[in-house]
Amino acid sequence: MSEQPEKRPAGLLGRVLALPNDSIAKMLVVTIALSLVCSILVSSAAVLLKPMQQRNVELARKARILEVAGLMEAERDIEELFQSVEPRLVELDSGEFSDRFDPSDYDQQVAARDPSLSAVVEPWNDIAGIGRRAHYAPVYLVKSGESVEKVILPVHGYGLWSTMYGFLALSGDGREVLGLTFYQHAETPGLGGEIENPRWLEKWVGKKIYGPEGEVKLRVVRGSVGTEQADWAVDGISGATLTADGVSHMIEYWLGEQGFKPFLARLREEGA
Amino acid sequence: MNTKKDILLEPVIDRNPITLQILGVCSALAVTTQMVPALIMGIALTFVIGASSAAVSTIRNHMPGNIRIIIQMTIIASLVILVDQFLKAFAYDISRQLSVFVGLIITNCVVLGRAEAYASSNPVVPSVLDGVGHGLGYALVLLVVAFFRELFGSGKLFGVEILPLVSEGGWYLPNGLMLLAPSAFFIIGLMIWAIRAWKPAQEEKPEYQIHVVHRTEAL
Repeated sequence: MSEQPEKRPAGLLGRVLALPNDSIAKMLVVTIALSLVCSILVSSAAVLLKPMQQRNVELARKARILEVAGLMEAERDIEELFQSVEPRLVELDSGEFSDRFDPSDYDQQVAARDPSLSAVVEPWNDIAGIGRRAHYAPVYLVKSGESVEKVILPVHGYGLWSTMYGFLALSGDGREVLGLTFYQHAETPGLGGEIENPRWLEKWVGKKIYGPEGEVKLRVVRGSVGTEQADWAVDGISGATLTADGVSHMIEYWLGEQGFKPFLARLREEGA
Repeated sequence: MNTKKDILLEPVIDRNPITLQILGVCSALAVTTQMVPALIMGIALTFVIGASSAAVSTIRNHMPGNIRIIIQMTIIASLVILVDQFLKAFAYDISRQLSVFVGLIITNCVVLGRAEAYASSNPVVPSVLDGVGHGLGYALVLLVVAFFRELFGSGKLFGVEILPLVSEGGWYLPNGLMLLAPSAFFIIGLMIWAIRAWKPAQEEKPEYQIHVVHRTEAL
């Protein structure tokens, strides 16, 4: 190379810099120094920015809950709007409220990986493809006076490629859908990804959940809904049959005996 | 020898990374349905490429030749993680829209290409200018593509309504193709055509001429 001879710093650093570039020693020194600098940069950014990032995630989650409950107002502070929502923790098997954890700190996704807080779902029950289910789930209540007006339930299930996470808002008696939204999934954009499309999600509003025998009847059908099933069926998305089946299974699981059905029954008894 | 201004501005149109060098096309398809993510992606890439060029150029005389690509990738990856962390902290909605594509700046060939082809053998100042110039050229193409896709796909620009949609009581029926990735291919293709018609110097010579085979010869 036609570089002018550089002035090298004296001492150890100068000796290291003077080493031929392809010697093993130089290679090790350069690699270690570079890795140190890069890891300090990356880890300090991660640590310093973490509180802000967590706040953002939390706010986005709250915004989704408010949206699905129809409480979202533009240009209002999300925290302030969220005051009208009461987070509670539910023990899924018994359907009772629990105080074991603070519902605003409880993370269902983390709990589902913790063997002491979750259990494997038997394959024949695991229609939603979730693998493990946490014993506890947060629910969000919107009350008017003492009676529960709306219940927002976290739901998740496997679509075509990914686990889809969302919120389902139900009327206080737990029989009618008030809204559905997804906040995390990796379905094909433009096809399965259309489950996020507000116009499709609107079709869920006002649908009934349970059939005459108490079975979960609500599901996504292929094509358009006929009149005789209109109360319990939602139009499919063309090109997204498997994702839509995943959504149907997710609804069936989380509103069934394994999911929130015991809780909804208890809520009806107590609320009535 | 190039002046500093040339180094900065040449990659914007004359040696544009996307339309001439055909690099970084993948992310140009993915993040251009709207102007805002395209702009943020352009800024993020410009920052990464400028900073990585500066870093690579600073240590260029002490870079062991046989691990230089690993070193360059380490620098680029660290910078991309920094950008990703900052976006998550300060522009959370946009970082959600860009999703994995911020992380995929690491694999964007424009960045490594400049580090390897230019910064590893040139002083710091021209390297940074070259990197930033390529970033700007990339951002420009992204913005042009996003302009057409957002305008015709959702009747908006930067989220502001320009063409009122039929579904919201207006007159414009959006072109759904514009929201899908192939439309970006079409727009980039048309851009390449337009730029090469304007600047014929960018046309590539055909690698070989198709030569007419006579019937007797074929037998």
